[in-house]
Amino acid sequence: MLSFILQRLLTVTPVAIGVSIVCFLLVHLAPGDPLSAILPVDATQETIDAMRTAYGYDKPLPVQYVLWLWHVLHGDLGISIATGRPVVQEVGRAVVNSLILAFVATLIGFTFGTFFGFVAGYFRNSVLDRAASAISVFGVSVPHYWLGMVLVIVFSAQLGWLPPTGAGPDGSGNWRPDLDHLRYIILPAVTMSVIPMGVIARTIRALVGDILAQDFVGALRAKGMSEFGVFKHVVKNAAPTALAIMGLQLGYLLGGSILIETVFAWPGTGFLLNAAIFQRDLPLLQGSILVLAMFFVALNLIVDVVQTALDPRIERG
Amino acid sequence: MSLASPTAPPVLDIAGGATPALATPDAFVPSRGFWGQVGSKLLRDPVAMIAACVILTIVLVAVFSPWITPMDPYRGSMLRRLRPIGDSTYLLGSDELGRDMLSRLMLGGRLSLFIGVTPVILAFVIGSGIGILAGYVGGWLNTVLMRTVDVFFAFPSVLLAIALSGALGAGIFNSIVSLTCVFVPQIARVAESVTTQIRSRDYVDAARLSGASTFTILRVQVLGNVLGPIFVYATSLISVSMILASGLSFLGLGVKPPEPEWGLMLNTLRTAIYVNPLVAALPGLAIFIVSISFNLFSDGLRSAMEVKA
Amino acid sequence: MSTLTGAVPTDRDRGGPGQPLLTVEGLVKHFPVKKGLGGKKAVVRAVDGVDFGILKGETLGIVGESGCGKSTTARLIMGLIAHDKGDLLFDGERIGSRALPLREFRAQTQMVFQDSYSSLNPRMTIEGSIAFGPQVHGVPKRQAIERARSLLARVGLEPARFAARYPHELSGGQRQRVNIARALALEPRLVVLDEAVSALDKSVEAQVLNLLMDLKQEFNLTYLFISHDLNVVRFICDRVAVMYLGQVVEIGPADTVLANPAHPYTAALLSSMPSMDPDARTQVAPLAGDPPNPIDPPPGCRFHPRCTLVEEVCRSVVPPLDPVDPLHRVACLARQPGSGHSLAPMMTVAA
Repeated sequence: MLSFILQRLLTVTPVAIGVSIVCFLLVHLAPGDPLSAILPVDATQETIDAMRTAYGYDKPLPVQYVLWLWHVLHGDLGISIATGRPVVQEVGRAVVNSLILAFVATLIGFTFGTFFGFVAGYFRNSVLDRAASAISVFGVSVPHYWLGMVLVIVFSAQLGWLPPTGAGPDGSGNWRPDLDHLRYIILPAVTMSVIPMGVIARTIRALVGDILAQDFVGALRAKGMSEFGVFKHVVKNAAPTALAIMGLQLGYLLGGSILIETVFAWPGTGFLLNAAIFQRDLPLLQGSILVLAMFFVALNLIVDVVQTALDPRIERG
Repeated sequence: MSLASPTAPPVLDIAGGATPALATPDAFVPSRGFWGQVGSKLLRDPVAMIAACVILTIVLVAVFSPWITPMDPYRGSMLRRLRPIGDSTYLLGSDELGRDMLSRLMLGGRLSLFIGVTPVILAFVIGSGIGILAGYVGGWLNTVLMRTVDVFFAFPSVLLAIALSGALGAGIFNSIVSLTCVFVPQIARVAESVTTQIRSRDYVDAARLSGASTFTILRVQVLGNVLGPIFVYATSLISVSMILASGLSFLGLGVKPPEPEWGLMLNTLRTAIYVNPLVAALPGLAIFIVSISFNLFSDGLRSAMEVKA
Repeated sequence: MSTLTGAVPTDRDRGGPGQPLLTVEGLVKHFPVKKGLGGKKAVVRAVDGVDFGILKGETLGIVGESGCGKSTTARLIMGLIAHDKGDLLFDGERIGSRALPLREFRAQTQMVFQDSYSSLNPRMTIEGSIAFGPQVHGVPKRQAIERARSLLARVGLEPARFAARYPHELSGGQRQRVNIARALALEPRLVVLDEAVSALDKSVEAQVLNLLMDLKQEFNLTYLFISHDLNVVRFICDRVAVMYLGQVVEIGPADTVLANPAHPYTAALLSSMPSMDPDARTQVAPLAGDPPNPIDPPPGCRFHPRCTLVEEVCRSVVPPLDPVDPLHRVACLARQPGSGHSLAPMMTVAA
C-alpha cells in the first residue's frame, strides 16, 4: 500500500508542476504588461524600467518561473495589488468559506443523488426510474447561477424566508456553525448541490443496475438471502465508486463555485476571484487559481488512494 | 520423401468434401450503412426528436432574428421599464432599460449559441487531431501529448475557463478561446482512448499488411470508426459549453453591453428580481431549455449509436 | 476463376523449388515491462531465438500452449512488430533489404487473424474490405471490386447476397471466409494463418479447413499454420514445429512428430489431448501446472520444472535443437548423445 501511495505521488508530481506552470503563465497571458495595472498611466520609462527590475520582470521567463516557484514553495504567493495584503492571507480566509459551502453542498447532493440513484437502479424502467432520470438530467442541464436566482426570487423576494446574500447576519466574512449563519448557507448550498446530485444519481443508477445483473446477486437470492441482505451487498459493492465520485465532485464544486458565490455574495474563493479579475489584481488571481487547482490535484490523489484501499479488485501495482 | 507436395491428410472425423454452400438461407435484405441505422433508430426516439425540434426552432429563430424581431432590441424607453409578461406592447415584458424582452431574447440566442457552440466545434477539430495522432502514433508522442492534456485536466473546467478569460480579459473572442482550451483536453482524451482501441483491432493490422500508407489507413480504416464516438462526446459538451459561455458573460467576462446575450441579460436583470421576477428569470430559462435539449439529444444519439452485433 | 488462378506469376519464384520460401534465423523479441516502483527493467522473452524454414508449397504448423510466443512469431514475420535480433529471409532475400522492401514482401505474404470480427472494419462492406488491398496497390476501384466478388464466390459466399453486407450481419464462419478472401486478394505466395479456425464451431472449422486445402492447391500457396489444436494441425500440416516459452523444442514431419514425439513436452501435449480410442490412451503423465513466467525463464532446459525425465544436467545445460533423424530435430538432453543424461543414446562414431 505504501509503495502504491509513493507511486501515485510520483505520477502526480509532473501534473502538479504542469499546473504551476499554467498558473505562472496566466499572468503573462494578460494583455499588456503585468505591471500596467499598478503603474500610473503617465509613468515615465525610467519608473517602468525600475519597477520591472524590482519585480524581476526583466529576467527571462524560465528564471522568473523558478524564482516564483521558490517563493510559492515557501508559502509566499505575493502581495495583492488591490488590498496590499499577502495573497496567502486573502486566499486562506476565502478557502475556508468555500470549503464549508462546497462540503455542505456535496453532502446534500450526495444524500439525494444516492437515494435517487438507488431507487432508479433498483426499479429499472419504472415511473420512479424515469423520475430519477429526469432529476439527473435537470441537474446537469440547469445553469446553476440561474437556479440560484430563481431560488432567491422564490424564497427571499417572494416568501421572505431566507436571506438572499451574504454569509451571516453581521455581514462579516466568516461563517460559523450556528442557527443564524445556518439560514445563510441553505440557498447557496442547495443551488450548488444540484450538479453533483445529477451526476451521482446517474452513476449510482448505472452501478446498481450492473451489480444487480451480476451472477453473484442471483446466487445470493437463490441461497435464500433476504432482500435487505442483498441490498447490503449491493451497497458494499457500490460504495468505493460512489465515494470516489463524491470526492471528485467536492473538488469540482470548490473550483466551480465562482458563479454561485457571485450570485449569493458568499465570501469565498469564487467571490475573491471575481474581485481579482475586475480589479486586474493578477497576483491574487494567480494565487487563488493555484491554490484551487492544487486542492483539486490533491483531492484526486486522495480519492485514488482511498478507492484503491477500499476496493479489493483494484490492483495496488 | 518430398515435403514440397502436400501429402494426403490423415483421416479426421469431419464433414469433408467440396466447399459446402452456406447453411443459413437468409433472404437478401439490402444493408444499410452504420449511419443509416443510427438515423432510423434516432427517428424512433420521441425524446431525442422533440429535443432536436426545439434546438432547430431556436437555431432558426436566432439565425433569422435580425429580420423577424417584433421590435428594435436596442431601443429602450425610460417610461416603460420592467413591464410584466403579457403586456399589450411587450409580449414578454421589458427589461431594466425598457427594451423589448422578446426581441432581445430572439437576438440574444444568436450570440449565446455562437459563443456556446463555437468552442465545441473548434475543440472537436483540434482535440480530435491531437487525440487521434497521439492514439495512432503512440510512443513518446503519445506520452508528451497526453501528459500535457493531464495538466489541463487537473483544473476543474469552470475554474480553467474563468482563469483563462480572467487573464485574457473580457470579450467574445477571448471567451471562445478560453472555452476551447477547456474542451480540447477533454475531447483529446476521448479521441486518444478510442483511437488506441481501434488501432489494436486486427483490421488495422490487416490494412498495414496490404501495404497501405499510414495516411491511407488513418483516412479509410481509422477515421470512420473513431469520429462517431468523439462526435457523440462533443455533442454532450455543447450543453456544458452553453452554460459556461453564458456564465462568463454573466460574470462580465464575455459579451459586452449593449449586445443582447442571455447570460449578460440575466446579470443586468438581477436588480429586477424584486420588481419583476418572472421577466428577470426569462434569459436563464432560455439557456436552460437549450442546454437540456442538447443533453437529451446527445443521450438519444449515444444510445442510437450502441448498435453492435 | 481463370483470371485468378492464372494470376500467380511464376517469375516471382527466385531460388527454385529447393530454396525455402521463408527462413527464420535466431529470431528474438523481448518486450520490456516495468516492474514495481524502482522501475527495475524486466523483459518478457516472448520469442527467444527461433529458427525454422518453410519450404515452397508446404504447410508448416506451429503448436504450443497460449503464451508460448507462436502469435508473436507470426507478427514478427509479418513485420507488424519489429524484431530485436535475427534474420528473416523470403525466397533467399532479406526482408526489408533493397532487393525486397517490406512493402513488396507484404504483397507476397498475407495473414488471417483469429478474431474474425476484429479483423474486419465494421463500417466497411465486405467487398470494400477485400478490395482495399488491391486498391492500395493501384488496381482501379471497379476492377478491385470485381476481383473481390469473384474471390467471395471462390470462398463460398455468393457475391449477390454478401458483397454489400457489413461484418456484423455475417456469422463467424462467413466472416473468416471473407478474411481468407481478403488475404488472397493480393495474390500472396505465403499465407500466415494465426489461429484462423480456432474461434469457429467444430463443423464450421472443418468446412473452412477444407476450403483452405482447396485454395492452397488452386493458388499454389504455402501456409504457416499456427494453432493450439493438435487435431487440426495433424489434419492440415505437412511439418510441425512445437514451441515452448519462446523457443522451438521440436520440429519435423507432422506424421512423425505427432505419432512418435521425441520431446517430453510434445508427448505431454499429445497425452493431454482427449482420445476417442480407449486403446490409444498413453501412459505419459499429462502436463501439470502452468508454464513458467517468461520474464524469468528457468535456467538450463526451460521445460525441466514440468518434465518427467528431468535430471540434474537439465537444470544447467541448455539443450541444442539437434537432429534425431535427418528431418526431425529436437531440443532435449535425453535424446542427445553424450549429453550426460542417463537416457541419452550412445555416441555414434560416424554420422
